[in-house]
Amino acid sequence: MADERFDVVVVGAGPAGAAAALTAARGGLKVALIERGEYPGAKNTFGGVLYRKQIEQLIPEFWKSAPLERTVVEQRLWLLAKESAVTVSYRDDRFNDPPNCWTGQRSKFDQWFAAQAEAAGAVPIYETAVTDAIIEDGRVVGVVTDRDDGELRANLVIIADGVNSLLGKRLRAHREWKPDQVSLAVKEVIALPREKIQDRFNLDKSEGCTIELVGETMGMAGLGFLYTNTDTLSLGVGVMVSDLKRLRVKPYEVLNGLKQHPMIQRLIEGGEVKEYAGHLIPEGGYTAMPSLSGDGWMICGDAAQMVNAVHREGTNLAVESGRLAGETAVAVHEREDFSSAGLQRYTDAVRKSIIHKDLKKYKGLHGLLSFPESEKLFGQLPQAVNDALFEFLSVDGEPKRDKQKQAFRKLEGVAGGRMDLVRMALKGWRAMNG
Amino acid sequence: MSQSIEEKLYLIRYKADDQSHLTIRNQDVCLNCTSKECNFFCPADVYEWDAEGHVTTVAYENCIECGTCRLACPASNIEWVYPKGGHGITYRFG
Repeated sequence: MADERFDVVVVGAGPAGAAAALTAARGGLKVALIERGEYPGAKNTFGGVLYRKQIEQLIPEFWKSAPLERTVVEQRLWLLAKESAVTVSYRDDRFNDPPNCWTGQRSKFDQWFAAQAEAAGAVPIYETAVTDAIIEDGRVVGVVTDRDDGELRANLVIIADGVNSLLGKRLRAHREWKPDQVSLAVKEVIALPREKIQDRFNLDKSEGCTIELVGETMGMAGLGFLYTNTDTLSLGVGVMVSDLKRLRVKPYEVLNGLKQHPMIQRLIEGGEVKEYAGHLIPEGGYTAMPSLSGDGWMICGDAAQMVNAVHREGTNLAVESGRLAGETAVAVHEREDFSSAGLQRYTDAVRKSIIHKDLKKYKGLHGLLSFPESEKLFGQLPQAVNDALFEFLSVDGEPKRDKQKQAFRKLEGVAGGRMDLVRMALKGWRAMNG
Repeated sequence: MSQSIEEKLYLIRYKADDQSHLTIRNQDVCLNCTSKECNFFCPADVYEWDAEGHVTTVAYENCIECGTCRLACPASNIEWVYPKGGHGITYRFG
């Protein structure tokens, strides 16, 4: 292994790493793609949704051959209270053609995606963990792996090792994330016959829907989700690690609680749990993004906090950043400039991309996710909205004007008063509009 | 359909290394830790305070490699590295 020299070593064969390896290999570079799992995707999990746009840029019409679950034609949002839910949804057949996004399973998709990079010439080095970077004269010139004689030298190292990014930390690209910059998501994959899924969720054969769940997280900042796969459901919940610490709650108990909710219980009834999974999600957004490049290295995807929590987009931003890093790798090889000045090109490209623009838009969101605001937004408010609607829709002889007053009083109660409710709404608006 | 954490973990495929990739840096720190948050936030119940032996026990074979303990231990007392390549969890669905 030590004798072989590469142009680029990509660490991590998830969506970011595979996109980088594919792009660099197509550009004629000699690429090593390292993955610590038994196969690409073995360590990966997500909600999860895969989006067309960014993958299509690399592989046109990939959906005709890639392992995907259902085409998402309907997106629902449920505001949960203890026994009830306010539901909003949008369904449109135009999401079918061209498909906008799909539900997916990472062990299948990531393997397929990395195989495309292999087909383009990237050399797979799987079941191999990277333990350190090789730094000479202040420049990254390779990585150390846990294999015997496991040094791999290259002109460039692309860091795509996911949210924990031990290599990124090693290179001081970033310090340790703070507990309020990541959430912990736990998920179960629940098998159900496909006809049952289609009936229960009102779907056609290949159609799917996603349900985002707000509330019933014991007042912790976080979201639940219930997504339809072909013959399984993905049910999970992610909550801010700082809140888990504060409340000393077991994460899987939040999930067990959701499973008991009357709205959810009937949808998963009779299903068989096939897998339990857990993973951190970067939630720090714009302000938590580290330096993206330096002497001999670039960093992509979750490792660089590239997740848009509001729209639960992550894999697409990972693929986009991987592609940009791959393109930069090809460009700097033409000029043989692997310095931080040369690789600034990648940082600039990310800044001009949707990654930077979208994360910037929501940069204020982080403030809303901190205690005590989080407890109002994720705990008291969903319950109050449900109670307000219960009041408003109950036909019990009380005049509507009084009912409306009572309903508003419930919402004001959460904020502290009428002006506080206006202030809270304004703060929310600003957080969503950078 | 609600299961215990043992039942949940039983569904995941593991290839355990013979060496732990998780290390308590200093057990005295755990002894003096009042909150013992790791006994709660871990999604695989890896950490448990053994009140008789005065140590935090580490069931690393159950670890699902999320990394929460690495950044959530209030005293940064948990050394967290990846299991050896090809070892640890393998998701079949993900």
